[in-house]
Amino acid sequence: MQKNPVIQVEHLRKVYGSVIAVDDISFTVEQGEIFGMVGPNGAGKTSTVECAEGLRTSSSGMIRVLGLDPQKEKYQVRPHIGVQLQESSLQDRLKVWEALDLFAAFYPRSVDKDALLEQVGLTEKRNARFAKLSGGQKQRLFIALALVHDPEIVFLDELTTGLDPQARRVMWEMVRDIRARGKTVFLITHSMEEAERLCDQVAIVDHGRIVALDSPHHLVSSLGADSQVVFIVDGIPDLQRLQALQEVSCVQQVEDRIIISGKGDGDALLSSVVTALPVSGMRYRDLHTERPTLEDVFLKMTGRAVRD
Amino acid sequence: MHSWLKLTWVETKLFLREPGAYFALAFPIVLLVIFGAIYGNTPNAFLGGHGSLDFYVPAYIAILMIIIGFYSLPIAIINYRERGVLFRLQATPLRPLAILSAQIGANFVMTTAGAIILVIAGRLFYNLHVIGSMPSVLLAYLLGVLSIFALGFLVASVVPNVRVASVVGTLLFFPMLYLSGATVPLKIYPQTVQQIAQFLPLTHVVTLMQNMWFGGSWLDNWGNVFALLGILVVCLLVSVRLFRWR
Repeated sequence: MQKNPVIQVEHLRKVYGSVIAVDDISFTVEQGEIFGMVGPNGAGKTSTVECAEGLRTSSSGMIRVLGLDPQKEKYQVRPHIGVQLQESSLQDRLKVWEALDLFAAFYPRSVDKDALLEQVGLTEKRNARFAKLSGGQKQRLFIALALVHDPEIVFLDELTTGLDPQARRVMWEMVRDIRARGKTVFLITHSMEEAERLCDQVAIVDHGRIVALDSPHHLVSSLGADSQVVFIVDGIPDLQRLQALQEVSCVQQVEDRIIISGKGDGDALLSSVVTALPVSGMRYRDLHTERPTLEDVFLKMTGRAVRD
Repeated sequence: MHSWLKLTWVETKLFLREPGAYFALAFPIVLLVIFGAIYGNTPNAFLGGHGSLDFYVPAYIAILMIIIGFYSLPIAIINYRERGVLFRLQATPLRPLAILSAQIGANFVMTTAGAIILVIAGRLFYNLHVIGSMPSVLLAYLLGVLSIFALGFLVASVVPNVRVASVVGTLLFFPMLYLSGATVPLKIYPQTVQQIAQFLPLTHVVTLMQNMWFGGSWLDNWGNVFALLGILVVCLLVSVRLFRWR
């Protein structure tokens, strides 16, 4: 695929008084990808994205969005970007359709508003006031407002925080949908799971610096960590046979749980174990794989868990 | 311009969805009805031979300015700041001046609507007269609204939250309601109080409005004009330095 950078950030630094929010961050976002910035609260993600949106002035460093400087040329950049902000809301008594209509008026062009409402599933709520919407509905409206002027880049800051699992899944589908229409998505999240599921590229951020930057798949496999196949066995297991498999590096038994470890991403391990099991005559249940995740990458890079 | 008009229009609609809006618009009309019932509009020697309502309608318009300028305007802006509405609007191509002037525009529309209702009610029920020229009255009105709104905007710039804003609004509102000549004639107060009244912005609004209403000359009112222009300029300059978007 032709590389076409739409956001370039070099040696970005943002200091508030004596607090260093962004220490030294550099990255490039290519057109049409979902680029994620993930890390714990206070890592400098929001400061970075707000500098790129032209809402904050950086202390030093260079930012280019679609070739423009978002701080000096913010009004040239704004029509081409859509934003969903972490800490913002709308007027309580503003109706859903009025919000779309109002925001559409701020831009030189806009998409079909009824189709957009349909797409985010708010057609039935078009006359509802903002204050009466649920958390998920508000976020869907914010997505609609970020898309109403057909921008090239969409910034989403903590889109799914505070939403229930089902609403999160709906959001993830919407984000993939935005990419499917050729737009670039810059996603900020503190959820490693979300980053892993959605992003083409992930920057893991901690204390204002990027500690790792690659595709989620590469980041996880670069750990070189074991994948595991786990199941529960009834009766006496034939561990010898499993141990003899080429992909298996170690077999452990913890009461009735069998944990089989192997190198790599686990696909080869899983298929060889599943092939061997019926031959061994073992009766098993609850078979599943456990793979390393971005959480493990974060743990390795920073020496602590994200939740700390 | 299109986006500014749209935002002003939407904010005007939202103003009317606030239950408090009807209080703001009704208060001067209630004053008109109560004092109209008591004194009518017959010429009164104590008021310089003017009819009571001819004398007080311009003052009630000034009261409308401080209800909206000291409560509605700053509370709307501070509420939008606290809740991140201003920040969201900032992330669009709208200029900062457009965002804030749309708030002022919506409150101006409401104040003017209230003033028009007051004048129509006065004419219908109490045979209200305007003796001065219409352009002079309108200019006095405009200067009054802008300087009162500038003071309200200064409150929005320095006050941290809505709770404090309503306290500050009240601290500004009541002294001006009673000590500016808007409800109680200044003549009945002791000399010292009358001198203090000269430091209240509303005193200059009420005096200028009444003088223009009765056909006074701008040359005789330069003191009021300069006081109001001074308030306008100082409040705007301080606001520009202190205003926070979030």
